[in-house]
Amino acid sequence: MNDFLHIPILQVLPPGWDLGWSLMLIPLLPLAGFLLLGLFGRKYVKNSSGIIGTTLLLVSTALSLYTAYGYFFEFGKVDGVYQKIIPVQFTWLQFSPGVSIDMGIILDPISVMMLVVVSFISLMVHIYSLGYMKGEERFPTYYAFLGLFTFSMLGLVMSSNIFQLYFFWELVGVSSFLLIGYYYDRPSAVAACKKAFIVTRFADLGFLIGILILSFYAGTLDFNTLIERLTSASAPEFQSAITSSFLGVSALTWALVLVFIGGAGKSAMFPLHIWLPDAMEGPTPVSALIHAATMVVAGVFLVARLFPVFSMSPPALDIVAYTGIISALFAAVIACTQTDIKRVLAYSTMSQIGFMMFALGVSGQGGENGLGFTASMFHLFTHAMFKALLFLGAGAVIHFIHSNEMKEMGGLRKYLPVTHISFLIACLAISGVPPFAGFFSKEEILLAAYHHNAGIYWMALVTSGLTAFYMFRLYFRIFWNRSAIVHGEHHGEGGFAMMVPLVLLAVGAAAAGFIPFGNFVSSDGKRPESVFHLEFSIAPVAIGLVGIFAAMWLYKKQNDRAAAIAKSLNGFYKAAYHKFYVDELYLFITKKILFNLIGRPAAWFDKNVVDGLVIGTGNTTQVISEKIKGFQSGKVQQYAIYFLAGVIGLAVLFIYVWK
Amino acid sequence: MLNDFLILMKSELVISFIIFLLLFIKVGTEMTNDRLLSLVQFLLLANFIAGFLFNEAGSLFGGAFTTNALMAFQKSILSLGVYLISLLFADWLKKSEHMPEFFMLMLSALLGMFFMISSGSLLMFFLALELSTIPVAAMANFDLEKKLSSEASMKMILSSAFSSGILLFGISLIYGATGTISFTEMPALLDGSPLQILAFVFLFAAFAFKLSIVPFHLWTADVYEGAPIAVSSFLSVISKGSIAFILLTALYKVFGPMHAVWYNMVMILSIATMVVGNLFALRQQNIKRFLAYSSIAQVGFILVGISSNSIEGISSVVYFVLIYTFSNLAAFGVAGVISQQTGKERIDDYKGLYQTNPFISWILALALFSLAGIPPTAGFFGKLFLITAGASRGSYFFITVAALNLIVSLFYYLRVIRAVFMDKNEQPIEKINMHPSTKLGMIICGAGIVLVGLLSWVYDYIVNLSM
Repeated sequence: MNDFLHIPILQVLPPGWDLGWSLMLIPLLPLAGFLLLGLFGRKYVKNSSGIIGTTLLLVSTALSLYTAYGYFFEFGKVDGVYQKIIPVQFTWLQFSPGVSIDMGIILDPISVMMLVVVSFISLMVHIYSLGYMKGEERFPTYYAFLGLFTFSMLGLVMSSNIFQLYFFWELVGVSSFLLIGYYYDRPSAVAACKKAFIVTRFADLGFLIGILILSFYAGTLDFNTLIERLTSASAPEFQSAITSSFLGVSALTWALVLVFIGGAGKSAMFPLHIWLPDAMEGPTPVSALIHAATMVVAGVFLVARLFPVFSMSPPALDIVAYTGIISALFAAVIACTQTDIKRVLAYSTMSQIGFMMFALGVSGQGGENGLGFTASMFHLFTHAMFKALLFLGAGAVIHFIHSNEMKEMGGLRKYLPVTHISFLIACLAISGVPPFAGFFSKEEILLAAYHHNAGIYWMALVTSGLTAFYMFRLYFRIFWNRSAIVHGEHHGEGGFAMMVPLVLLAVGAAAAGFIPFGNFVSSDGKRPESVFHLEFSIAPVAIGLVGIFAAMWLYKKQNDRAAAIAKSLNGFYKAAYHKFYVDELYLFITKKILFNLIGRPAAWFDKNVVDGLVIGTGNTTQVISEKIKGFQSGKVQQYAIYFLAGVIGLAVLFIYVWK
Repeated sequence: MLNDFLILMKSELVISFIIFLLLFIKVGTEMTNDRLLSLVQFLLLANFIAGFLFNEAGSLFGGAFTTNALMAFQKSILSLGVYLISLLFADWLKKSEHMPEFFMLMLSALLGMFFMISSGSLLMFFLALELSTIPVAAMANFDLEKKLSSEASMKMILSSAFSSGILLFGISLIYGATGTISFTEMPALLDGSPLQILAFVFLFAAFAFKLSIVPFHLWTADVYEGAPIAVSSFLSVISKGSIAFILLTALYKVFGPMHAVWYNMVMILSIATMVVGNLFALRQQNIKRFLAYSSIAQVGFILVGISSNSIEGISSVVYFVLIYTFSNLAAFGVAGVISQQTGKERIDDYKGLYQTNPFISWILALALFSLAGIPPTAGFFGKLFLITAGASRGSYFFITVAALNLIVSLFYYLRVIRAVFMDKNEQPIEKINMHPSTKLGMIICGAGIVLVGLLSWVYDYIVNLSM
């Protein structure tokens, strides 16, 4: 009965790699940090709470790296194929005799890769925050929330079944709510965290329904069994999922599309992206954590996790691909017009996640076709490095200048040399300039798109040029443009704690591209053929350089060329500046339509009909109510009338109408 | 024979014993409220624990009284709720000079509920239902100096008299149509004729009245607002729980053959209840009215589970009521201490509560998260199982509406959480000093909210009982 205390460790790991408990420790250490700092932080360990949280995560990161080393180089590969290993599993909830919900840890290339990314980036953010958040009144609370977030995210990527993933998925939502709303005394932060929570919850509804449909047809929640049953053409589960249809679309496709809606909500894909820019209200290191490596890539991870099933449904994959490319292009255009540097980065994130999504959408399962899958995961990996770096760099700038607005900045390269160089490396990486990390992963994505769908390829190429343009616009506006105006005393680049992560991430952003990623992560676990073509990379690099030079021409020195161009594109520029009015559209739908259609009539009914009846009855029984004032006897009679009307209504309905 | 009587009716006998003990204490001794409260708390705890011992299945009085392990567990949930009420509202109880009477009335109502859960015939059911209602109307009038309290009591007694009238009418019709009042003989005689449907609607309306199902819910908000909070919480948790249990028996065992009819009825009323409960909860300013409407919406979800007519239906409803007991009592408990010490009952007054009272703020947050069904609180699992059980009937429209309502409810629960944790207030509610037993009650509720969901064997246990 009490499975909770009895945890069997499946002996599938080779001797010497009996990782069960140390794997459990990877997510549990940050959780311990959360509990410790959340309960005792404010009273007992106020000043050392940052060190405590960081140390716990350091151990966790070391364990992740050790696991990754073991998995990729020692025991993961059997006969040239990376295995899916479930070293820990136990029954958590027995719903009915046939259906149970398990908890477990899965080790496969993507989960191990994600373990490394999440724990490493989180560690960088922990260290960086030691300097950035120093002196905050709620310092322990901040570290407690960071711990909770890291725990949820690590739990998410290790989940061995879809329900467990959903559980952690929601926890990620809750903890990001807490982090985004950290500055709870700012109304904008409170509104932002509420918006993020409600938008993603709304998307999660789709996810939950998708899970229910998938598990209904597969008869299991376990990833391995579910994928096995829903991908082999001969399995009865697959047959029933593909043959039963609703509105002409198979149940399998419906389920996958619904699951993807959940993923799109977390990954801020168009049109569910509206929470992402507002979520910049959180502290800057939190933005780095949420937007670079963790929460927003959860949607990509989800699609990758279920990729074998997705590959059985071309319509679902097409939706993934087109949502991805539209989001990528859309966000890139908006990013060119924003003046808040964190918002530029936010839209840039949305655009890059779009790249990862459409790479999955154009991919096939296995062998040469699986290039998109590998490319997507590769880009996730490199993006984590350079995007975290960009955010932390932006944090240093904001720390220095005390503003998010571009117009306050300029010429900062003399004051912030380390930030300047690392920011430049990150910009080169995201723009796809060789030999920085982004070049390699973006190259693979474009190649995969080229083989699959020319339209997507051309749109991606344009987006890639825009990416280079807006990133260097940001770079030149911050570090060049004009001579710096620095008011009074300044405190340089922050302490040692803020520099170390910048340097480490800069090394990552510069060198991560040389990892032979395809050898480790591929859709079928096998090592694919090398597909690097030098002549293919000419066009993307060229368009990237065009973007960079355009930005340089417009923004390196102060001039009015940019303003002139913006003016000539008047309407379009304005629309892009206002983010194409998507927020307004949502407001229109929720406030005007929903409110007017439902809220107003309900209020009107309540005010005129209900109150009117009550007042009317009150008048007729005025004589009585004069005598027993405040007793409102009319109302009780009214209730009885409603009661009777209900009874008669039901009786008539079920005896005469609905037999 | 006597042995059977003692074992099978042990829960009812224990409660009767406590009632008489209180009567003797009231009449014959001069015990202070403090000591008496501790004594009653101890007795109620003992009663809760005793609920798990010596449970045997059987029936008495020619089948009018039946019991089994599931019923015993249902009674235990109610006993637990009453015990928690005695803890949570200790401050308010201590100040009342009629405390023994309060407990006598509450336990009489509980006794009625026990008989109701165990009833095997319509006559027994009717008597038990009256026994469980009339004392509560007297309890609603317990704030003797407050006019609103008397008004609540009067409204309740009038409305329930009306509902009882309809119920009796239904009972006589069903007797006329089938010639029996025994639950075991009735199913075979039901064929879904118009007369039987009419009788069923009348019976069902009485359940719906007690459960505050729309459109029979109108008394709820007025009574909850006027009555003392301890009584409101009793009404919203214990009363509703007991009716949900007997509704399971009535629909599944007795009216099982008419499933096609009542499935549609439950579906319509469930949708109406969720929608109306949610829409009205959105605009409430008074915390008691807010909880009243939110609990109306919760009942809509119970109906989703009930509609399934399966073992999952039974287990998910019982499980949900257990979770709902913890969550709603915690919320009422917090509202109770604040109202008792400061007289503040508006949600706007709760702004900035976290700055001065972190402990009760966290308890309130846990309770509201659980009521909103946010993982990992138990409320999430409760709702999940209810919806999964309801989904097994295959009406996707129904399930979609339920799921959408879950999202809507998030708005108003978060509104309170925002007021407590995020909004600023020049004059937040001052630091509140609680009776230690109130604190204990809150800790039990909080632990329940967290653990009932995470400990898988709780649900396993209920599933085993339901089979």
